[in-house]
Amino acid sequence: MSGHPVLGSRPARPPQLEVSELHVSYGAIKALRGLSLKVGKGEVVALIGANGAGKTSTLRAVSGMLRPAAGKILLDGQEVTGLKANELVPRGMAHAPEGRGIFPNLTTQENLELGAYLRRDRQGIGRDAEACFKLFPVMAERRRQLAGTLSGGEQQMLSISRALMSRPKLLLLDEPSLGLAPQVVKAIFRTLKEVNQREVSILLVEQNAHLALSLAHYGYVLETGEVVMEGSGGELLASPEVRKAYLGE
Amino acid sequence: MGVSPSSGLRGWTRGVAPLALAVAVLSVLQLGLNAWDSYADGQAALGAEVFRPDFLVYLSSLVAVNVVLTVSLNIVNGMTGQFSIGHAGFMAVGAYIAGKLSFEVKELAISGLPHAVSDQVLFTLSLLAGGAAAALCGFLVGLPSLRLKGDYLAIVTLGFGEIIRVVVQNTPALGAALGISGIPQHSSLFMVWLWVFITVLAARRIANSSHGRSLWAIREDEVAAEAMGVNTTGYKVRSFVVSSFFAGIAGGLFAHFVPIINPGSFTFVKSMEVVVMVVAGGLGSTTGAILAAVMLTLLPEGLRSLFLAVGGGDASLAQKVDQVRMPVYGVLLVVLMLVRPQGLFGTKEIWDVLPKWLPRLPRAPNSPPARGKEAA
Ligand SMILES: Nc1ncnc2c1ncn2[C@@H]1O[C@H](COP(=O)(O)OP(=O)(O)O)[C@@H](O)[C@H]1O
Ligand SMILES: [Mg+2]
Repeated sequence: MSGHPVLGSRPARPPQLEVSELHVSYGAIKALRGLSLKVGKGEVVALIGANGAGKTSTLRAVSGMLRPAAGKILLDGQEVTGLKANELVPRGMAHAPEGRGIFPNLTTQENLELGAYLRRDRQGIGRDAEACFKLFPVMAERRRQLAGTLSGGEQQMLSISRALMSRPKLLLLDEPSLGLAPQVVKAIFRTLKEVNQREVSILLVEQNAHLALSLAHYGYVLETGEVVMEGSGGELLASPEVRKAYLGE
Repeated sequence: MGVSPSSGLRGWTRGVAPLALAVAVLSVLQLGLNAWDSYADGQAALGAEVFRPDFLVYLSSLVAVNVVLTVSLNIVNGMTGQFSIGHAGFMAVGAYIAGKLSFEVKELAISGLPHAVSDQVLFTLSLLAGGAAAALCGFLVGLPSLRLKGDYLAIVTLGFGEIIRVVVQNTPALGAALGISGIPQHSSLFMVWLWVFITVLAARRIANSSHGRSLWAIREDEVAAEAMGVNTTGYKVRSFVVSSFFAGIAGGLFAHFVPIINPGSFTFVKSMEVVVMVVAGGLGSTTGAILAAVMLTLLPEGLRSLFLAVGGGDASLAQKVDQVRMPVYGVLLVVLMLVRPQGLFGTKEIWDVLPKWLPRLPRAPNSPPARGKEAA
């Protein structure tokens, strides 16, 4: 067993994603040192931790954007370690990267279409784009607007919608609340709950621990590339260590 | 990325029709030129001097080679957003392979074919061999450097261009610094402009296909494109290989109409010339690349005639005036970049841009709407 505290219980679910003993380095810098975590089918899992803890590196390794030095990644029970993003997207993985990564010189609509890059079912793509506009009604009005001219919140909504356009089973989100006004963040998190109710598992990276843990079924606390605590969302929120370190109490 | 069969077929017919038209038009031009030549020969035999368009044909070949170079480099630097500055290296590979092959087989003829036809068949094979060799070099250079994000390609292509030049300079079989002369002069008006058409067609097909959409995404934001599932390395390498192939073809064409090829024709300066043409036309615009290549090839020649005229009959004065030609050319480029930093057409094509410019000009009533002429 891992040597860190485990708070509360976790209802058994078939695994969507299993990461074990993941190591990631940037040259001499070790960003992840043997990180293990699990996301069950239909579960929202939060990964919280301070700046530089290795949250983004975890997501990038899981989505195939960087190659881990060691460790194992299973998606839906199949080993996918070392596969590239273009091989993982068709297997149901979608990543809304840190800083949103939208295409600024393309319109909202074109961004969504690129999200469906590997799909060939034109009609399904159209229907899903409409579904995104229902999910985030403000975006419908911005359909023909260049994405670079959208507000920060709208760009974040677009980034999430675009990730959904590939019809993922697992959605990786990197700090969706970053730099946004509280009301906008609330709206986005409400929508994430809705997305999750449609059987999309979510691995959510956040510095905003309160927000993430209130949405998540389960959470992991990351420090310098290692998990230092895990537990159900509620238990972690109640834990004195988490309150002190991440909720500023 | 499979294009569905139906759209593939439609694309195919769309490609063949303009090509057939181009072949027809170019054949007529070429036949006319040939007829004029024999007429001039006949007149010369009678002792009369008739104007021969040799210089114009030469100039048009230079323009054509530069158009092929610029349009092909635009696939990498414009459409894909990478930065290659060694196009002359790939041109050199094509020029030397094709030139040397033609040189070696110039006494041969394919039996059963008329002499001229046999020559053109062998020439085409040499050209394709040169293009293929350049494409292979493109693959070898592109694969390691395009796997990485960032500007490694610029450094590697710069190095490649210099290596090719130095290797040629020290290879006696390739004429070393002196170069190869006596390559059969097979490049005809027909052939060079046919390759211009093929290159432009290929570039437009790439831009309008799902391939083009992928390149567009890579140019906009490589990391985001990767997250969407775009095989970024694969697409970057493929567009680089296609671009190198056409640079090799351009080199092959060049080798068959200049009296001599030597390493001096394929220096870094030549590479930068092509980069300047791409930037001036607008990164990503094929019609912009064509227009810039035509203008920036003719401009120095035009300036030469102009300045020589200013110098008048006085030879030394004419020469002195001619020396300001290149600086003037440079100033004109600087002015262009100040006035239109995005290049002539930006990332757009002439038919996207012209309709917006035209309404500002006084227009005759009932004039037809503006359409791009280059809609090849
Ligand atoms: N591209 C990179 N090159 C070098 N070091 C990096 C790079 N990206 C991240 N790091 C380092 O790896 C560690 C983890 O970073 P990151 O995964 O971005 O953390 P987080 O997302 O939790 O803020 C940090 O020490 C950071 O400085
Ligand atoms: Mg981060």
